[in-house]
Amino acid sequence: MAQPSVSPTPILKDELDIVIPTIRNLDFLEMWRPFFQQYHLIIVQDGDPTKVIKVPEGYDYELYNRNDINKILGPKASCISFKDSACRCFGYMVSKKKYIFTIDDDCFVAKDPSGKDINALEQHIKNLLTPSTPFFYNTLYDPYREGADFVRGYPFSLREGVPTAVSHGLWLNIPDYDAPTQLVKPLERNARYVDAVLTIPKGTLFPMCGMNLAFNRELIGPAMYFGLMGDGQPIGRYDDMWAGWCTKVICDHLGLGVKTGLPYIWHSKASNPFVNLKKEYKGIYWQEELIPFFQAATLSKECTTVQKCYIELSKQVKAKLGKVDEYFIKLADAMVTWIEAWDELNPSGDSAELLPNGSKK
Amino acid sequence: MAQVSIKDNEVDVVIGVLHADMTSFMEEWRPVFSRFHLIIIKDPDLKDELRIPEGFNLHVYTKSDIERVVRPSSASLLLSGYSCRYFGYLVSQKKYIISIDDDCIPARDSDGNLVDVVTQHVTNLTTPATPFFFNTLYDPYRKGADFVRGYPFSLRSGVTCALSCGLWLNLADYDAPTQALKPGQRNSRYVDAVLTVPAKVMMPVSGINIGFDREMVGPALLPALRLAREGNLRWETVEDIWCGMCLKVVCDHLRLGVKSGLPYVWRKERGDAIESLQKEWEGVKLMEEVVPFFQSVRLSRAAVTAEDCVVEIAEAVKQRLGPLDPVFARAAQAMVDWVKLWKVVRTQSPPSVA
Repeated sequence: MAQPSVSPTPILKDELDIVIPTIRNLDFLEMWRPFFQQYHLIIVQDGDPTKVIKVPEGYDYELYNRNDINKILGPKASCISFKDSACRCFGYMVSKKKYIFTIDDDCFVAKDPSGKDINALEQHIKNLLTPSTPFFYNTLYDPYREGADFVRGYPFSLREGVPTAVSHGLWLNIPDYDAPTQLVKPLERNARYVDAVLTIPKGTLFPMCGMNLAFNRELIGPAMYFGLMGDGQPIGRYDDMWAGWCTKVICDHLGLGVKTGLPYIWHSKASNPFVNLKKEYKGIYWQEELIPFFQAATLSKECTTVQKCYIELSKQVKAKLGKVDEYFIKLADAMVTWIEAWDELNPSGDSAELLPNGSKK
Repeated sequence: MAQVSIKDNEVDVVIGVLHADMTSFMEEWRPVFSRFHLIIIKDPDLKDELRIPEGFNLHVYTKSDIERVVRPSSASLLLSGYSCRYFGYLVSQKKYIISIDDDCIPARDSDGNLVDVVTQHVTNLTTPATPFFFNTLYDPYRKGADFVRGYPFSLRSGVTCALSCGLWLNLADYDAPTQALKPGQRNSRYVDAVLTVPAKVMMPVSGINIGFDREMVGPALLPALRLAREGNLRWETVEDIWCGMCLKVVCDHLRLGVKSGLPYVWRKERGDAIESLQKEWEGVKLMEEVVPFFQSVRLSRAAVTAEDCVVEIAEAVKQRLGPLDPVFARAAQAMVDWVKLWKVVRTQSPPSVA
């Protein structure tokens, strides 16, 4: 039986880092102050490292520009994208916290239907601290939410759920559409507040957007590599998609859960659809190969840690997707470099060995 | 996407009646139901005369109709209680069937408007489903929504939706233990979403508020799993859960879609969960066997219709679940009999009923 927590949500002040990639400025943090100020920020500054990015007063933060990334990772810095928000995953790697929340610098506080400001971070924490239910779909959505439960017919043996590794939030106002859709519907705005959180079932893939995302870094961190995008790469705007597909395959294998739905943020900026089209166009036809690849991907039972899963996945990427384009050979190598860099910066203790059913050894 | 225009003559609303006085039920639903043809099935165990207000286009079927049509006659025993509605599915000649429990009334949405359950179910059924990849903005065919970035273009035409599972405000469809533990819990959360339940994912389909495409999957909605002490409260049944899982397997195999979410109905207070607890937890125990079975059952490529699929599932039930409990062996037989009956009734058109 789901026992919803009636006690207040823990703030996790010292257990959570907020990772923000930016190339412009961090003015948006002023609006988030009531919700973010207690937390430590990791700013990953993309683009020109000589530009000074001002962080609003009162925030505790560390900031990394390209020079810092090169210094810290040395030759392994090649796996971190340049001129693309994919560089944010560097923040995940250097964090020492258990949880990460990442948000784009054009995302603001949204209001719920009653007009109240939405504390997105609090909702992500609730999502991460309550179990997921990937093995059987609950028609009343997240059974651990207050006011909800498992419905009739839901097997009792599945009601404990599994640990939640990822909480994927949504966006009001400018929806996360691809370039062709943006071109066809430039005026469409997402005005529908769907008051639900739900677990994405095992075996089902989804498009993971990095604009409003939280995850348990200890459970799944090494899988959150946002790939090779941007400068010098043939593709952009697929960083979070790539991370999401890898993450979901690994979560399914390790018995971890992925939730989607609340919280909403207000996405204010619609990027230029023509620029987007140029970045995405290879992705649009490559994804036709990528999806069947990920849908069919299986990992051996020897893959008991996220790193082992990820390395095995990288081998499959090289073997099967290398034929689609040599970009994937480069990407597969970068995936390995990422894990090497991760392990160097996070020596043993941070990669807890997980049994396939999700319980820590 | 395109607004759906409902062809009223393509829809039958089927109500299985467990309470003779239908006056308040029908009056509450009048604004929604008056356009459509209704098939009313009186629970054969109900002794009192039905009281139905005027002004509806409907057909009433009773015990004598069931006994005349259903063969073998033992199968007619399965059509009592909530399962009497399956007789309505059998005799309907429409493409879409909407079925609501007779203790539900229309709900209101967040703006206070009456929810037209029939229109929403038919909208769900006449727009594609997207079972092969999850869309994070839910149903992409709803106005104001679309497929998100990263959704493969080859999957954007979707598949036919064969089943639409609605939800319930007020008394949600919980089992007896859950409701007994939380006697005051009422569902007040109106979730403004419809979504496709992904392929290969099993779910509990509640019969309280559903719509389906009878032409595509009609035979797969069947009365089969009857509990020894099945009663007239949903807490005391699992027949819809069983049939829903068969249906999901059939849809997954035939590449049809299942949607869940809107529309809501308002489910009235009825019964005592604690009293229902005193009956056997038979249904709860059976689910533990039933779910792994349905998650693993595989159908052959030769199964190309809903009937073929049901027959194969029945065989698998007989082989794998039959040995565990006689209720499964009976369910398997009931499924086979139902498919045969469905074929017989289809060939006698119109079916020989009053």
